[in-house]
Amino acid sequence: MKLARDTWLVFQRQVLLMWRTPIWIVVGITQPVFYLLLFAPLLKKVLAPMGATSYAEAYQIYVPGLLAVLCIFGGLYTGFSLLGELKAGIIERSRVTPVSRLALLLGRALREMVGLLVQAVIITLCALPFGLRVDPGSLLLAYVLLGLLALMTSALSYGIALALPNDAAMSPVVNTVAQPIGLLSGVLLPLALAPAWLQRVAEWNPFYWAVEGMRALFSGHPGDSVVWQGLLIVAVLTAVAVSASARLFSARIR
Amino acid sequence: MPGAGRRGAHAPTPAREFWLIETKGLRKSYPSGKHGRTVDAVRGIDLDVRAGEIFGFLGPNGAGKTTTLRMLATLIRPDGGAALIAGADLLADPAEVRRRIGYVAQGGGTADAVSGREELVMQARMYGIRKADALRQAEDALKAFDLTEFADRHCSTYSGGQRRRVDIALGVIHSPKVLFLDEPTVGLDPASRGQVWAEIQRLRTEGMTVVVTTHYLDEADALCDRVAIVDHGRVVVEGTPEALKREISGDVVLLGLAAGEAGPAADALRGQPYLHRLEPGEDGLRLYLDDGAAAIPQLLSVLNAAGIVPGTVQLQRPSLDDVFLARTGRSIEQS
Repeated sequence: MKLARDTWLVFQRQVLLMWRTPIWIVVGITQPVFYLLLFAPLLKKVLAPMGATSYAEAYQIYVPGLLAVLCIFGGLYTGFSLLGELKAGIIERSRVTPVSRLALLLGRALREMVGLLVQAVIITLCALPFGLRVDPGSLLLAYVLLGLLALMTSALSYGIALALPNDAAMSPVVNTVAQPIGLLSGVLLPLALAPAWLQRVAEWNPFYWAVEGMRALFSGHPGDSVVWQGLLIVAVLTAVAVSASARLFSARIR
Repeated sequence: MPGAGRRGAHAPTPAREFWLIETKGLRKSYPSGKHGRTVDAVRGIDLDVRAGEIFGFLGPNGAGKTTTLRMLATLIRPDGGAALIAGADLLADPAEVRRRIGYVAQGGGTADAVSGREELVMQARMYGIRKADALRQAEDALKAFDLTEFADRHCSTYSGGQRRRVDIALGVIHSPKVLFLDEPTVGLDPASRGQVWAEIQRLRTEGMTVVVTTHYLDEADALCDRVAIVDHGRVVVEGTPEALKREISGDVVLLGLAAGEAGPAADALRGQPYLHRLEPGEDGLRLYLDDGAAAIPQLLSVLNAAGIVPGTVQLQRPSLDDVFLARTGRSIEQS
């Protein structure tokens, strides 16, 4: 299994590099925890129209959205680290070797995914004292969905980094992609609060289905059709993003 | 040349091939970004590199050296042409080419937050070498390249010369048949350049073939067994530095002239039968002729008749710069 071996090799190296720049670990953990502690208390009143009468219920709506936004945005911004590696010649040095091109992508994207999942677990644990309750099976399925989201958005972001003609274009492109995705998926506030036309637009956003699936899982409805719909949509898009970016890894050089 | 027909004949015993690299008509163009036009970076490169030699690929910046090297290293796919590298067909089997070559880019490719040893192990493992063997090979490479002293410090702390030597060690960790080096001495101080060339020569004595690009023609002259001079994406001339220098003409005579005298002196000398070529040089004229020592008395009498007395007269053997000048009409600094 050359692919598995090479992916593990690249993954290990990326973990080592992350470990050696601990500032990212600190930032990565404190930011979402701040969202949880400083923003969430505003929610009870805002979410009241959705039937949230207690903090526990407000958190059940808010936390899955927060986790989704963490994985979507965390993944979308990971391409910036690839720009540094491209500039340093590390990608080129890898591409002269027979190492699997798909592994160059997967090793990096999986490292990102694991990092984001660790953050997701920390946020979930932090939300427990506030009354968040979710059954373990649903939670596990939610993490699968989150992992796929992180994998997809990381692959997408690496693809953007490889396809763009210069580094300066990365930031505006990622922001332009991320903003409507974020707004139209109802990650922070459910789109149930939105007017009908905005909801219909959102239904075309695959991330909307992912977020809806997350909320169904956290509110104890793993059988809700939106769960498998969200998983399916995200799984298909992940496969597309990974294969497209892997092609860029083997073909594209800057 | 390396068409499909000859491939089979080459494949079984690549190491015994006299020609380790043969290319025919390698081409590459890039979109220029305007109106769908393209820029021809490489217009048809024919090269023959022998096993066990240091082959210099020379030319001004933008001549197509790096693009050619990147094609040979499988990093970019040629638009056309063919190449056989250590017995593997570049277009048909780039994966096999990768196993047989090493490549060091101009900017290197080490990460800041890892040590030279860690990079060597990683590189070996990317070539599919098992962990225990990779550790041992990294240790051997550190010793061979005299890197042990700083092997476990992060690469960010290395000097330019140290980093370059690590880069080269990375390029040969898997004992390739050919090593491609893109401008290995650019940006280094003279002492580090000397060390880099010493490593290149050591690799050659160990049987490795080294293809090196440079625009320092004096280095190539001193250190390459054979060179190819490229300009505008084509090989202008190929051969040993000695043969190339001999070919253009025997000697160079430098006349030191006062300001304003170069023009009249050139007019006076033009048409002299022993003179092949005449170029304005720094503070005077450069004259290309077969036998400089014999021609100097005649030169001086012609100039005297025109009322010109040179301040200095120097006899030089031509350099590779002169070869480039003679072949392209420009000096390499002007290009």
